[in-house]
Amino acid sequence: MKVRVTVNDVVYERDVEPRTLLAYFLREECRLTGTHVGCDTSSCGCCVVVVDGDRAVKSCTMFAAQADGHEILTVEGLAQGGKLHALQQGFWDQHGLQCGYCTPGMLLTAYALLKHEPNPSEAEIREGLAGNLCRCTGYNNIVKAVQQATGALQPASAAK
Amino acid sequence: MIPAAFDYLRAHTTDEAFAHLQQHGAEARVLAGGQSLIPAMRFRLARPAVLVDINSLKDLGELRIDGNVLAIGAIVRDSDIERAAWIGERRWSLIHDVSRVVADPVVRQMGTIVGSLCHNDPAGDWTAAALASRATIVIRGKSGTRRVPIDEFLVDSFTTAVDDGEMALGAEFPVPDDRTAGSYQKVERKVGDFATAAAAVQVSLNADGTVRSAGVALSAAGPTAVRVDEAERLLAGQKPTTELIRAAAAAASRRSAPQADLRGSVDYKRHLAGVLVARGLRQAIARLGVQA
Repeated sequence: MKVRVTVNDVVYERDVEPRTLLAYFLREECRLTGTHVGCDTSSCGCCVVVVDGDRAVKSCTMFAAQADGHEILTVEGLAQGGKLHALQQGFWDQHGLQCGYCTPGMLLTAYALLKHEPNPSEAEIREGLAGNLCRCTGYNNIVKAVQQATGALQPASAAK
Repeated sequence: MIPAAFDYLRAHTTDEAFAHLQQHGAEARVLAGGQSLIPAMRFRLARPAVLVDINSLKDLGELRIDGNVLAIGAIVRDSDIERAAWIGERRWSLIHDVSRVVADPVVRQMGTIVGSLCHNDPAGDWTAAALASRATIVIRGKSGTRRVPIDEFLVDSFTTAVDDGEMALGAEFPVPDDRTAGSYQKVERKVGDFATAAAAVQVSLNADGTVRSAGVALSAAGPTAVRVDEAERLLAGQKPTTELIRAAAAAASRRSAPQADLRGSVDYKRHLAGVLVARGLRQAIARLGVQA
């Protein structure tokens, strides 16, 4: 079936099988491999993308057909004009990643969280990220990264 | 894991969705949030030949208080409940609690209340909440639209009163009066896991502090969520004392018929069901400003 999906403001028209999952559409049809597939069973959150501006969705649990006519934001679309998004800068400054595998999902989940609650408390950030697994960092620096993006925490370099 | 092949039909009106379902009968499944259906398809536990996507049906996305019921359309997401303007009122404390612990926060942005009811997983959260709230499901069938009480709706594991070719349009939760509060208590190994045990309770008090009516239900306690009738009868008309709550909890343990798995033994889960009912009752009445 023909689908027309806008990903990071670029229109992709492709002919796909209905069973094509959005995560694989993004990676294999759009060649946007920033969206990672971790558990492949809707548990880990590595594949989270944002649909229509404010809804975080596990792209391994949505069909590309469902995205027909909709707008998707992936990690590749966060930086604008060569400048990192505030969340990306937060992850950089606060050491919010080690291996980086979960990072795109963390970023997009946090992006949707901040769309609905621009000034979340630490507890709200922790709750909001409860559907995303990280096996390296122990989460504390990820929470700090999101706090920096909201202005609640200064970059480590500026604090010195 | 890739699901088996299927035909994808996007409905643009409810009539169109219903026509597709009538045409394809048992071969077709409704795709709402897909957060249970798509994983089941990926594991090849479900192999529908046709998916009817209802996500474009804006009228089924309505969440509104309509007279004496809260009407929840078939594509209202868990996160819509969590963000509703009135959700902080204590009369809604049961569904507020539930909306914050279903699956995980990302799944809740897609997953739907009505889809969860129709999936009827033995460990579902909304099924127990619907029992305690005495909700009704609105089903469109060949001979028109009918309203089915939740007790009749939950037929067996993964089986409901929605027949082949039919579709659930929404759920209706009675609007509780302002002397009503509830609580949802769930023990899970980690966020997103199936419940080890869970209890939904809702209590309405009379002006003299006695219980006018109580809803008590368990999840992960048998083939479907179950109502603990005995506990509801024990509570009705009585002051909610410590002894009464203990008796209601004991009734819940007796009603619980769980299966042993990695989450715990039968004995443990039955014990836990009672503990969670007691905690839920204590929290509900505390929310009403009363101490047991």
